[in-house]
Formats: sequence, C-alpha cells, structure tokens
Amino acid sequence: MGCPPGTTAPSERLTIVTSTQSPERRRTTPTRPGDRIFRGTSLAAALLILATLAGVAVFLTAEGIPGILASPDEVKHGTGFVDYVAPLVFGTLLAAILALTMAVPLAIGVALFISHYAPRKLAAPLGYVIDLLAAVPSVVYGVWGISFLAPALVPLYRWLEDNLGFVPLFAGPASATGRTILTASIVLAVMVLPVITAICREIFLQTPRLHEEAALALGATRWEMARLAIFPYARSGIISASMLGLGRALGETMAVAMVLSASGVVTFNLISSTNPSTIAANIALTFNEATGLTVNALIASGLVLFVITFGVNFAARAIVDRRKDFSGAN
Amino acid sequence: MAKSIDVSDLDIYYGDFLAVEGVTIPIAARSVTAFIGPSGCGKSTFLRSLNRMHEVIRGARVDGKVLIDGQDLYADDMDPVNVRRLIGMVFQRPNPFPTMSIAENVLAGQRLNSKRMKKKEADDIVERSLRSAGLWNEVKDRLDRPGSGLSGGQQQRLCIARAIATQPEVLLMDEPCSALDPISTSIIEDLIHELKTDYTIVIVTHNMQQAARVSDTTAFFNLAGVGQPGRLIEHGDTSMMFSNPEDPATEAYIQGRFG
Ligand SMILES: Nc1ncnc2c1ncn2[C@@H]1O[C@H](COP(=O)(O)OP(=O)(O)OP(=O)(O)O)[C@@H](O)[C@H]1O
Ligand SMILES: [Mg+2]
Repeated sequence: MGCPPGTTAPSERLTIVTSTQSPERRRTTPTRPGDRIFRGTSLAAALLILATLAGVAVFLTAEGIPGILASPDEVKHGTGFVDYVAPLVFGTLLAAILALTMAVPLAIGVALFISHYAPRKLAAPLGYVIDLLAAVPSVVYGVWGISFLAPALVPLYRWLEDNLGFVPLFAGPASATGRTILTASIVLAVMVLPVITAICREIFLQTPRLHEEAALALGATRWEMARLAIFPYARSGIISASMLGLGRALGETMAVAMVLSASGVVTFNLISSTNPSTIAANIALTFNEATGLTVNALIASGLVLFVITFGVNFAARAIVDRRKDFSGAN
Repeated sequence: MAKSIDVSDLDIYYGDFLAVEGVTIPIAARSVTAFIGPSGCGKSTFLRSLNRMHEVIRGARVDGKVLIDGQDLYADDMDPVNVRRLIGMVFQRPNPFPTMSIAENVLAGQRLNSKRMKKKEADDIVERSLRSAGLWNEVKDRLDRPGSGLSGGQQQRLCIARAIATQPEVLLMDEPCSALDPISTSIIEDLIHELKTDYTIVIVTHNMQQAARVSDTTAFFNLAGVGQPGRLIEHGDTSMMFSNPEDPATEAYIQGRFG
C-alpha cells in the first residue's frame, strides 16, 4: 500500500505495540493479498519450469538407457554406445568452443563500440540491426553457410594448408567444398554473436557513471576506462551472455547439419573434408531412418548433450561466484 | 609539484545552456581554495572545467582561458587525458572500483601512467598514499580485500589516496565530506591541511564552517535567478571573506540568511 518499503502502516504499528499476543504470534509480519498472489504465481512458474526440466530428463533417461546398454550388433552404427557418442561429444565441444572463441571477443568489441564509442546517431540503428540478427532462423544461416560461406572459404583453407600446414589445426588436405568444422564454427559464431552482443551492450550501458568518472578522472583513456570500470562491472554478465551463446552453439542443429560434411572422426584438423559431427546435427540427420534400439541410442546421445549443457552452466555459475566479494554487489 | 591556476573569463555551456559565465580567478599554488554558493550556481561545473572532466558530458564545452603554471589547459595540443593525470579529482560520493582490492584501487592511476612496476615499488606507493590519506592503520591488514567493503568515510579516504598516488599537481574535491559523519569529516579536513604543503587544493563545500576551517581563499558563486548563468561574485582571503565581505549577497549567504 502507500507506505515506503521497510515501514509498516501506522495502524499495524499500533497493533504491534499494543498487542498482548505471544512473541511468536507477533513476529509474523502481516502479508497483503498482492504479495500473496505474486508469490503464488512466481512459485508456480518456478515449479512449472522445474517440472518441465525434470520431465525432459526423465524421458531422456528412460528412453536412453536401452540405447546405452544395446550391444553393437543391435544398432545400425555397429559399435558400443561410448564409442559411438565420444566422437560426437568431441565434435560438439570443438565446434561450440571454436565458435565462442571467435564470437565472444568480437561481441564484446561490438557491444563496447555501440555503448561507449559510436555517436548516438549510429549506435541506435546498429543496436537495432544486431537485435534483428538474433531473430533470423537458423535454416537461413545454414543456407548462407552452405551456398556462400563454404565456397568463399576454400581459397583460404588452401592457403592455410600451404603456409601453416605444420600446425596440426591446418594440416589439411584442404576441403574442396569448404564444408569443414571450421566453416560450421564460423556459421555458429555468426549465429551466437547477436545475442552475446545484445546482452553485453545492455550491461555495458548500465556501468555506474560514478565508476566511469572515477577512471576518467585518473586520466584513463576510453579503452582504459573500459578496462578499469566497464569490464570488471560487466564480468559476470559477459560470462552469462557467453554461456547463453554456448548453449545455442552446443544445441544448434539445422545450420551445422546443413553446412558440415561429417564423417564421425576425432581430429583437430579443422580444414579437411573429414570432420567430426555434432550430437545435435547427428540426431537430425539420422533420426528419420533410425529404428529400434538405434533410436534409443540417439535419445541417449541427446541425454549426453543435456548433461553437457548443464555442466557448462554450473561451471559458469561457479566462475561467477568465485569472486563474489569483488563483484561490487555489496 | 603543485602548480598555480589562472582562470580568465571562462564561460561554460551545456549544449546551448550557459551554466557559468565570466569567471576570472587566480588560484595560488600550495593553497586551499574553497568554492561556496547556493545549489545550482555552477560550482561543480566550474570545478570540473579545471581538469576537463566536464567534457565527459555530451555537449558540454567552455569558452575562455585556464592556465596552469602558464600552460593553456585548452590548447589544441593538450590531451584531456594528460590534463586529468596532472589534476586529480575526488567526487562527492566515494567511488572506489568495487571489483578491485584496496591496494589495487590505490594503484589504479599509477598503472595507467607507468605500465610496469616492481612489487616493492608498488607496495611503497600503496603505503605512502594510504598514510597520507590517513587510512593506513585501518586497512594495512586487509589490503587485498575489496575496497567496497570499507565504510563510507574510509572509502572516501581511499579515493583520496587513489587520487594522490599519482602525485598530481592539483587536487580538486567536490563536496568530499557531504556524505560523511563529523568524525570522518574532521579526519579529511586534517588531511587537507597536511596535503596543502604538497598540493594545490580546490574544494567545493556547502558547509560554511568547513570552508572557514580548511581554506586560505574563498570564492563565492551565485545565480542572478532561475535559468540565469552562475557567476563568481567575489573571492579573497578566507578570514576577510567571512568577517568583512564586499558584496551583501556574500554576507547574507555566509550568515545563512539565504541559499
Ligand atoms: N550534465 C548536465 N547537463 C545539463 N545541465 C547541467 C548538467 N550538470 C549541471 N547542469 C546545470 O548547470 C548548472 C550548474 O550546475 P552545478 O552542478 O555545477 O551546480 P552546483 O553549484 O554544483 O550545485 P550543487 O551545490 O547542488 O552541487 C545548473 O543549472 C544545472 O542544472
Ligand atoms: Mg555540485
């Protein structure tokens, strides 16, 4: 009602002072209908999310276990589950990490440019375009990757093989179609860039004026101000944004399935025509023809992806928490 | 160290709005100058123009001359970044970097100026700055704890330590005690007295007693009316300003009869 937080309405204060009720009874603060309704709905929403998550986990586990236990001759791929899923896990992580390595620094740079460098006339439309990019469906990125990006990268891959071939990453032989894990990662990077940029920009804009001025008054250049005041303030936000991007990169299906010419190997060679596949793309490409226990194995691989995503998020939370004292929240 | 400042006929604009008009004032080296005046008369604006901090605000600009030991602060080849390294600033609200430890806070400016520093050298700067800010004894056992964990008064002294760690020529303070209790205030006033031997200090304050206690020179700013630019009404020796001001408005303000 009409009183500021932390105080009680005069009538209630009066009741508390004059009441002769037992101490326990007195300590319960009166709740208002609005509070009760809000608490009820938010609790219900939280429980719904948990229930959905639990439902998915239960389904994946129940359907996946037969696939995990299936013997090699019962499934189409003809190997044990671990042998089957390990290269996929490798490919998934490799593609996602490569994508993030490219996307995060770029996103931070673009976000900083929009929030602190660009003149206002340019910043607003630029931010708007970035937000729009986040809404482009992944098939579109897939089409772009396969019909434009992959062929365009072929000469680069050849050059890398010729000049940097001694680095295992570029050992080659360079793919003639350009449909390599590196191409897929670049497509992924482009896909996750908008969401990371958008979140970083919002956080950068919220940097307290006080701290920016503290840095500038010490004689910081704009970039030094970013390092002193903006990045430390935005640190946990940047991590969260990256995790959101990583989640999308780990689970991205269409774009990878379209772009990548996969053969299920484990290799760090990024530019050859034999590439590891990813869990999500593999499910999309093989689910339709799969039957019997092969389906269960695919579902089990989905469970593995689910666990990886969870693990990544917990790790991120742990990183954010580690320097809580210094977060500025106190 | 410690340089004099000479301001002549300075106008300060926020966009089209003329906030401060025609300020001419000499500020002696190794002295404390207090700016007093009613709210909105442009004390902060003028103070910030002395280290070009007003340029941080979109559309803010000045017209006129500010000389620091004869050198034009607004010359074309003067980089505002260098100006601010020369002229330190302490703000109204304590603003230590929350993600940095106490020691890192003190060293923040130093790290910008000189890239590499030996550990011993860094430790010396931390101790020297914290000692002159009167904070050393309170924090020497927790230099690696976050600066935001200190009390408001301690945080403000940490900000002073941070500002003097780079040994600037001039120290600008915008109501440094307005958020502090009387004890922290008196610690900071003592500190200003000590710092005066090494620095030129300019302080904005709403507290007449404080101006009388800490300053050698007092400058009184006033507004002719709402929407009018602020002006420097008079300035002079603090004891003279408080005992026998020339302008009746100054006398009225000092005696608390308006503003
Ligand atoms: N960022 C800004 N943009 C536009 N106008 C501003 C800005 N900051 C201050 N002003 C205007 O400039 C004038 C002087 O303001 P300033 O903050 O310098 O006053 P002050 O004397 O420091 O007041 P106080 O004692 O309340 O701190 C006021 O009219 C104010 O509205
Ligand atoms: Mg002010």
